[in-house]
Amino acid sequence: MKLEFDIASGDFSQAGQASSRIKKVLKQLQVDPKVIKRIVVAVYEAEVNVVAHSLGGQIIAEFSNEYVEITVQDCGPGIADIGQAMTEGYSTASKKVRDMGFGAGMGLPNIKRNTDELSIESTVGKGTCLKFKNNLNG
Amino acid sequence: MKVSDLVNQLQLEVFCGQAGLDNEITGGYVSDLLSDVMGNASEGDVWITLQTHQNVMAIASLKELAAVILVKGFEPDEDSVKYSNEEGIPVLGTSMTTFEISGKLYDILK
Repeated sequence: MKLEFDIASGDFSQAGQASSRIKKVLKQLQVDPKVIKRIVVAVYEAEVNVVAHSLGGQIIAEFSNEYVEITVQDCGPGIADIGQAMTEGYSTASKKVRDMGFGAGMGLPNIKRNTDELSIESTVGKGTCLKFKNNLNG
Repeated sequence: MKVSDLVNQLQLEVFCGQAGLDNEITGGYVSDLLSDVMGNASEGDVWITLQTHQNVMAIASLKELAAVILVKGFEPDEDSVKYSNEEGIPVLGTSMTTFEISGKLYDILK
């Protein structure tokens, strides 16, 4: 099964739609709640990242019997230094985004903590592709 | 303890999400950083914050929190009210500061 979500830049009202839908699917598949909780945290943070930092993008969730694999692809602007972006507390978020309680530099570290496999590829001027995978059997 | 018991004990205002007043409270979390709550709050927690926008409700729903308490007289945004009612997660209010309400909640739950 495959689900796709388009995410618009700057539209915080959309953040949570993909994670909420994916959560429902995982519940229907009777996945262990502990496993669901981790995936939901990672997908939500990914949604917020696309809304807050990108020019727009897409989240694709692919489900198999063993895994859920999430691909988050955006249309730019790209991350110059991925190591820095992965550092807890580092953020390039705007004041508006920070005032909302986002942009504390915890998003990518939260994603890393809550996924079994994670990869990020980014090209400045083109975009970022984040992929992560979680085993559904814990 | 149910959310409605907490409302009575701390004389909290119920803004919305009345359907969730029977939600069972198992703990509390205090933060205004949304990723912190996303990463660290637990199911059944009451979340104390000064953030009033609808992303608070998205997180409360995803994390299956029992209720949200807004401090210092803050009120939920219109979108938050709608979300809270749809999800049955009460948004409560107090004139107390975060420090005061957290202390009282801790006393009750410890």
